[in-house]
Amino acid sequence: MRIVVCVKHVPDLMAERRLVDGHVDRDQGDGTLNELDENAVEAALVLAAEHEAEVVVLTVGPDDAVDAVRRGLQMGADRGVHVLDDALAGSDVFGTATVLAAAVRHVEEDGPVDLVLTGMASLDGLTSMLPAVLAAELGLPQLTLATELALTDGSVQVRRDLDHATEVLRAPLPALVSVTDQSNDPRYPAFAGIMAARKKPVEQLSLEDLGVDASFVGAQGSRTEVLDAAERPPRENRVLITDEGDAGARLAAYLVDHKLV
Amino acid sequence: MATAPVLVLIDHTDDGAVRPAVRELLALAARFGSVHGVWVDPVAPGADALAELGAHGASQVHVVAPNGEHHLTPVVAEAIAVVVGSVAPRAVLLTNSFEHKEVAGVLGVRTGAGVVVDAAGLEDSDGTFVATKSVFAATWTTRCAIRTPLAVVAVKPNAAEVVATGQGPASVEVHAVDAEAATAAARGVELVERTERAPSGRPDLSSAQVVVVGGRGTDGDFGPVADLADVLGGAVGATRVATDEGWIDHEAQIGQTGVTVSPRLYIGAGVSGAVHHRGGMQSAGTIIAVNNDPEAPIFEIADLGIVGDLRTVLPAATQELRRLLG
Ligand SMILES: Cc1cc2nc3c(=O)[nH]c(=O)nc-3n(C[C@H](O)[C@H](O)[C@H](O)COP(=O)(O)OP(=O)(O)OC[C@H]3O[C@@H](n4cnc5c(N)ncnc54)[C@H](O)[C@@H]3O)c2cc1C
Ligand SMILES: Nc1ncnc2c1ncn2[C@@H]1O[C@H](COP(=O)(O)O)[C@@H](O)[C@H]1O
Repeated sequence: MRIVVCVKHVPDLMAERRLVDGHVDRDQGDGTLNELDENAVEAALVLAAEHEAEVVVLTVGPDDAVDAVRRGLQMGADRGVHVLDDALAGSDVFGTATVLAAAVRHVEEDGPVDLVLTGMASLDGLTSMLPAVLAAELGLPQLTLATELALTDGSVQVRRDLDHATEVLRAPLPALVSVTDQSNDPRYPAFAGIMAARKKPVEQLSLEDLGVDASFVGAQGSRTEVLDAAERPPRENRVLITDEGDAGARLAAYLVDHKLV
Repeated sequence: MATAPVLVLIDHTDDGAVRPAVRELLALAARFGSVHGVWVDPVAPGADALAELGAHGASQVHVVAPNGEHHLTPVVAEAIAVVVGSVAPRAVLLTNSFEHKEVAGVLGVRTGAGVVVDAAGLEDSDGTFVATKSVFAATWTTRCAIRTPLAVVAVKPNAAEVVATGQGPASVEVHAVDAEAATAAARGVELVERTERAPSGRPDLSSAQVVVVGGRGTDGDFGPVADLADVLGGAVGATRVATDEGWIDHEAQIGQTGVTVSPRLYIGAGVSGAVHHRGGMQSAGTIIAVNNDPEAPIFEIADLGIVGDLRTVLPAATQELRRLLG
């Protein structure tokens, strides 16, 4: 069995982030593996241990993105694939999904891919559209936002908690599953894992290697265009008070004064 | 030539009640053209729903009963695509739930449309739709143009003021989805089980105007938070710590992996203001925080910060509000 996990490299959530020309400034130093993708790697490793699968970590992104793949390898994945191409800058979700789909097909040349796993959202863009778009591109059943996941007899079953309902979905393999942060507790790479990861292969691929037409990706292939970006001005007239027994009444008065009740 | 309509996906409960966020979408859509609803369900909308949709600006409702599981997002996308093919709209607007963002994405694959989700506003700039989005926990605002002839936009709550137009009930047009297309859209996914949650009696969290949130500082007692929410007619939310502890259901979680809210008023009690939480609430109109630690990061973004114990401040505020509003 073979599992591909899609991971994204994102700027560190705690670091101050900037937008330059409408795109995330990637030169701000410390990026990390999107925390929510650690849940996807963890899910893959648990399934791999149960079902003897190979786990391939896949990312599309600039140079630094290989760090996200490395983190996956440190956690225990077997090998990595990094799609890197200057033409990719500014891709929208459809461009990224086209490239990821081509990369999954490339991995399939080594043998069938039974499961594609993703996180629930990337914490920088947070569109959470990619899993559904990638599943549509690959023509795979999509089972998104899984909080529980089980493989049995060639099919996958998930439980998902939505805003208004809880559902159980099932589909035959191969399939695409996105997992939520509630699905598991990602392991922390052990020292041995970090050492072992150094020897694990990471294949680097260009758009040409994948046979993807560059006009479908990057800023020129994007269906949307960021016109401008501005830092939100800080809130004005902020008030900080310390309770001296009257804070409840002052809260109520604030609401009345500001016509919030 | 009549201008092309704007479609609004009508989010509704399993028993056919239109969800509140839809009214805002109808009001927003009306700024750009005639408004048509899309109702994806084997059970057609009832008279109440049609009256409500009409009264909020929808002249027509396209009813599609996909011959497949109408809860699966790719099937919903396929159903909308059928209506898109039939009425050639300028735009499709949806609510910003995780499910509808997926519908938006799959509809983009299916129709070639440009898609923006998490939109806080939408305008028509010389025939091109431009959406406003806040990113990075609402510290930045971007404007994003949709270059394709069809725009698909998932809109956050409170992006538009609800407008009652006083129109009569929307008229109904029925569309069929080819059974083969619906089956193909589902791609082998089977809905084994679905349980819709019973309504809480409080306003829907994602679209509420007032949200009162409890965090670890409640130490498990949500009573003071709920009482304040009730006197304000608001919804109750929580941090992930509070939902992980099981103090309140997971669907109350606000933040990057929970519900995104943009109410007029957010009150956080015993909430530290972690970046993951801020991502889901920082665009609120007014932010009030009650925390006994003067260094709590939430005070950096609070319009009114109160350093104090929520167990005394909240009940006192509730009591005073009851008196004032009494
Ligand atoms: C990938 C990922 C995703 C996440 N997604 C989310 C998310 O969507 N939403 C979310 O909320 N969190 C999320 N988190 C968790 C988040 O990082 C924080 O851990 C969480 O928001 C903190 O919750 P809290 O404020 O209730 O608890 P704490 O950070 O422990 O803060 C409790 C606060 O209560 C105050 N307090 C204590 N007692 C009192 C009292 N009697 N009166 C007044 N104040 C008191 C304390 O001073 C403290 O500031 C996520 C984390 C990760 C890693
Ligand atoms: N550039 C990328 N490379 C690999 N995986 C990605 C990429 N972008 C998004 N993903 C995956 O898609 C999920 C949802 O991301 P998003 O739709 O961007 O919020 C993430 O959790 C990742 O698993």
